[in-house]
Amino acid sequence: MTCLPASQPGQKKLGLVIDLDTCVGCQACATNCKEWNTSGMSAPLPDFNAYSAGAEGVWFNRVHSFEAGVGAAGKTVHFPRSCLHCDNAACVTVCPTGASYKRAEDGIVLVDADKCIGCQLCAWSCAYGAREFDEDAGVMKKCTLCVDRIYNENIPEAQRKPACVVTCPTGARHFGDLGDPESDVSKLVAARDGYALMPELDYQPVNRYLPPRAHVVPEQGKPVEDAPTPMDIKSGLLRWMDKVLTR
Amino acid sequence: MKPAGSIVFFTVASGAGYGLLVWLGLLAGTGLLRITVGGLLLAQGLALALVTAGLCSSLLHLGHAERAWRALSQWRSSWLSREGVAAVLTYLPVLGAAAAVYAGAYPLAVALGVMGAVCALATVYCTSMIYASLKPIKEWSHPLVPAGYVVLALFSGAALLAPLLALLGGDSGMPALQVLIFGALAAGLKWQYWRSIDTARPLATLESATGLGRIGATKPLDPPHTQSNYLMREMGFRVARKHANKLRALTLWGGLLAPAGLAALSLGAASPMVAALPLVLGLLLAVAGMLLERWLMFAEATHTVTLYYRGN
Repeated sequence: MTCLPASQPGQKKLGLVIDLDTCVGCQACATNCKEWNTSGMSAPLPDFNAYSAGAEGVWFNRVHSFEAGVGAAGKTVHFPRSCLHCDNAACVTVCPTGASYKRAEDGIVLVDADKCIGCQLCAWSCAYGAREFDEDAGVMKKCTLCVDRIYNENIPEAQRKPACVVTCPTGARHFGDLGDPESDVSKLVAARDGYALMPELDYQPVNRYLPPRAHVVPEQGKPVEDAPTPMDIKSGLLRWMDKVLTR
Repeated sequence: MKPAGSIVFFTVASGAGYGLLVWLGLLAGTGLLRITVGGLLLAQGLALALVTAGLCSSLLHLGHAERAWRALSQWRSSWLSREGVAAVLTYLPVLGAAAAVYAGAYPLAVALGVMGAVCALATVYCTSMIYASLKPIKEWSHPLVPAGYVVLALFSGAALLAPLLALLGGDSGMPALQVLIFGALAAGLKWQYWRSIDTARPLATLESATGLGRIGATKPLDPPHTQSNYLMREMGFRVARKHANKLRALTLWGGLLAPAGLAALSLGAASPMVAALPLVLGLLLAVAGMLLERWLMFAEATHTVTLYYRGN
């Protein structure tokens, strides 16, 4: 059923919070995502010409780098882009077969590969480019929020998080329930002024991005020369004079 | 957006077929169409053949065409599903009308023909709404897109009916007049549409797509991958501006106004066979124009995902 589930008060909305201040653009999240998901519920994630020119494939997570601002205020910002598990997900409602759906219990947007006819309309409808067509299997693929990890009782509890989150070496990725205002991720979003991408399209993304912190601008003015310490003065006579004159 | 050959052919062929069904249903019902029983059956058969060929072509775009039947299930939310349902439903009254014509039950044929015309129009409208409902593509989520699809279907249907009637030795005056009217209407509509999309504000900016506008003007620095990918090939296709302008002019003058002019010329013809010459030429130009228009519809469309890759 591709109508969106009715949102209940206190609706659970699992999603990611990505800290653009600490992301270093190392691509570990994208790599571990590919690693886990190529053998997960959407497996395989195909690669074409993997060992020659024109290598490309399906990835659920792509890390862009942007330059924001100019001059002293300018920043290089690394920006991981993946499915935002929108509340008002057009990729779900446009699906003619019911293959694309949003789970009522936790808000995760998934594709049922057995029902997908590969019309690719969902990819067209996604403003964020979160869906990539598997041209080998003829079905659409997308981020599953690692639904096969987060509820997986066969792996240690500490690892029941999306692959991108557990692997991030700088702790720039956080996972939790953004529908609960008391959750750690919701508090983090509130404290750091987290925001949604492209709000003007009204897709109501669940994922939030935390902005880079403001530059600490050094105080302006003339540089002040450091006074030499007694240790810097090699001559005994000058050292004595310095001692007398400083008194 | 990448113009998919299968979809360009589908919307042109089935658009003309549905347009023809609309005119057959409405004109036969009001007695404005002077055509023999054999001629009417031939025209209905041609329309259904075009519609069916188009629908089959659309299946070529699918990754799993054998599951296409599933697309009839989500009509509550999906315009693509509604299009499928409307396309299947259209066959019923149209085949019924053809059977009634064959059997000589004319009142029934008229009623079913009108129903078929309504279904055909509804199908074209659903097709247009598939595009018009896609918010990330500003050239498609435009109020003139549904109007364009409907008017062009009616134009190409008339462009098909007029030479058919003339070749059958009948009076092609009525459909020729419709080619003239709808050709001019379509040209005005497309001109207005192009002017509108050229001056439209972007839906979103890289600053809003990344939220980095709070720091300042944003531009792409490093791409996430060095080679191409599905998104860049599918959503990143864009026709060069100078070609777009030439192709627009070709569509407008060659594909819409020239057939309209030729149809006007045919109105003064001495005999059906003389009228057939400009009308057949007009049909060929109209088909080329429709293919070009649909190709441009894709090639000129821009998607917000390219903001992340190109910054615009």
